[in-house]
Amino acid sequence: MTEYLLRGVRPLGGDPVDVRIADGVIVAMGPGLSDDGAHVVDAPDHVLLPGLVDLHTHLREPGREDAETVASGTRAAALGGFTAVHAMANTNPVADTAGVVEQVFHLGRRAGWVDVFPVGAVSVGLEGERLAELGAMADSEARVRVFSDDGRCVADPVLMRRALEYVKAFDGVIAQHAQEPRLTEHAQMHEGVVSAQIGLAGWPAVAEEAIIARDVLLAEHVGSRLHVCHLSTAGSVEIVRWAKGRGIDVTAEVTPHHLLLTDELARGYDARFKVNPPLRTAADVEAVRAGLADGTIDIVATDHAPHPVEDKDCEWAAAAFGMTGLETALSVVQHAMVDTGLLDWAGVARVLSTAPARIGRVAERHGRPIAVGEPANLVLVDPAARRTVDPHAQATASPNTPYFDRELPGRVVATFLRGRPTVLDGAPVDQEGARA
Amino acid sequence: MDHLLSAADLSRADAVRILDTAAELAATQGREIKKLPTLRGRTVVNLFFEDSTRTRISFETAAKRLSADVINFAAKGSSVSKGESLKDTALTLQAMGADAVVIRHHASGAPHLLASSGWLRAAVVNAGDGTHQHPTQALLDAFTLRRHLVGPQPLGQDLAGLRVAIVGDVLHSRVARSNVDLLHTLGARVTLVSPPTLLPVGVETWPCEVSYHLDEVLAQGLDAVMMLRVQRERMSSAGGGFFPSPLEYSRRYGLDARRLAALPSHAVVLHPGPMNRGLEISATAADSPRSVIVEQVANGVAVRMAVLYLLLAGGRREDVS
Repeated sequence: MTEYLLRGVRPLGGDPVDVRIADGVIVAMGPGLSDDGAHVVDAPDHVLLPGLVDLHTHLREPGREDAETVASGTRAAALGGFTAVHAMANTNPVADTAGVVEQVFHLGRRAGWVDVFPVGAVSVGLEGERLAELGAMADSEARVRVFSDDGRCVADPVLMRRALEYVKAFDGVIAQHAQEPRLTEHAQMHEGVVSAQIGLAGWPAVAEEAIIARDVLLAEHVGSRLHVCHLSTAGSVEIVRWAKGRGIDVTAEVTPHHLLLTDELARGYDARFKVNPPLRTAADVEAVRAGLADGTIDIVATDHAPHPVEDKDCEWAAAAFGMTGLETALSVVQHAMVDTGLLDWAGVARVLSTAPARIGRVAERHGRPIAVGEPANLVLVDPAARRTVDPHAQATASPNTPYFDRELPGRVVATFLRGRPTVLDGAPVDQEGARA
Repeated sequence: MDHLLSAADLSRADAVRILDTAAELAATQGREIKKLPTLRGRTVVNLFFEDSTRTRISFETAAKRLSADVINFAAKGSSVSKGESLKDTALTLQAMGADAVVIRHHASGAPHLLASSGWLRAAVVNAGDGTHQHPTQALLDAFTLRRHLVGPQPLGQDLAGLRVAIVGDVLHSRVARSNVDLLHTLGARVTLVSPPTLLPVGVETWPCEVSYHLDEVLAQGLDAVMMLRVQRERMSSAGGGFFPSPLEYSRRYGLDARRLAALPSHAVVLHPGPMNRGLEISATAADSPRSVIVEQVANGVAVRMAVLYLLLAGGRREDVS
């Protein structure tokens, strides 16, 4: 296996050192290491982070291979600096059995770009009626620990309670898509000043906040672990802050787009800005940034949701919800959090790697410290670079990025998965070592 | 003016110009031969994704009186129902050489998409989109108000100082949104009157006042009251359960004989149609001399003639007022 020497890199944004990688682990760190026999990556002032871990990715396979496959989505993930992704369960068939989660797990292995950890459905067919075989998925080769009906809310309070209780047996977590269904029938965008003017049916903040409030109380009552997916409102931040203050075992995620974009973007009826939960107001953006900075929100997760052109190039009401995010997440976090002084690079490592690895229970291999003897799951970032997002130049099979034509800071220069580069000089490298 | 998508896009000068043009065109409509040669050889497509016989006929009449060729395209399918997509429909109309597309669509923003997507080059006229806008309705309402309430020489005039109440289901109404925008631009003072359940969150930022009490607003002295259609199904729980019963609605918000009598003698009653007699408006009010509801229909043709004329013959692009 080729050895690599990363010269002059700044682990977590700290002082420059050389880092040597061999046999899947970091073998040496220090100034002026010998490059003897190693492939040298000259990376002055580049930031070295633990490989990113996404707790919330839609890879669409099986079922919607026209939108994304495990291979195309994980290649996009590697280019975005990820070494692990959790693949959401809303595929077709739904990932609600050991068979489907193992299939996705193996597709991920075969592709080899990142470690794929399947998320299991909470309820059979995402129907919200009866529990799926959570134990079978947990015991399968895919070792599922995160369960979610994402895309739909586990709205029935009894089913939610049972799910929270049941996963305690194998240290699982319920990742809730918090959306009160009756309050959001036909909803198209955030309910507020903009929706009133442009005549799109509203998705009120209270529909998210009411479910989060209920769920943290349920988690407290049964002593289980709750994860809140894509939290998007100022009120939700307040509720999670209150719950953590009470000692409730709750974690929360925010997406890159909710850290940057607002409902004002709906005014042009461009469905690339249609997402669920919807883009909120500038005050909400400010609140989720503050919540991420002070640790109320634990992680950033992409909610990467690829859709083919025809599902977006149409009337807003007819368009699908969702936007891609794997290849832009780190840049958006740098732009919204680092360049604004709200988070340092160690903080970025926490919210995009360490904490999601811990929540997903994959922390024995991912989200590790950058130290000798640790697995070489790493990403090297050039924070000084700037780039303009071109939807058709991305690796994801779908062009529905909301950042089209937008200039963002930062560029992933290299990604290492267990010591093997999946990205080098900003280009993907396949398992045989060829540019792919 | 390249397109007419929203009443909010119109400046005071734009709006007055359309109203003045409509007045000139209306004057020709008393002649025995009503047809003008202005748009001969031009093609106007009425693209209706939603049934609306009256609006479609109004636009069709307007285009034909200007000698345009008219194609009626009733597109029942849409990408919502997995029929032909809006994009493919637009590309088809472009290939056929449409000069103007009058679009009615159940999805808010569909006309905006048609005008901004690059799929076709025709002028786009919004004939009602979802719960967003219906700008020609607001223009014909303004035209009607101006004829009745602004002096003997209304040309060049706006609606400064007029007090207008718009009563009913504001939440689902594109007519209300368009009228608030246009009447405000023209200087009128607008009050929306509605049960709280039928007002959108965010209405407090609109350029108008809001009241839950029709009788209080009537007591302030109005120049005009515009009644909005209220759909009976809105009271059922499947329709959202916005009010307890039709009877309670008409007791609190209906224009009955008592409320009609409370209006000043010069005040007029408008309704965009079709009416629910006995729900939002009583027969007494609808058929009273105060009612200008039938005249609104006639004025609709003149206003739509003016819009098509200004978009297609009135110096499109190079002559924006």
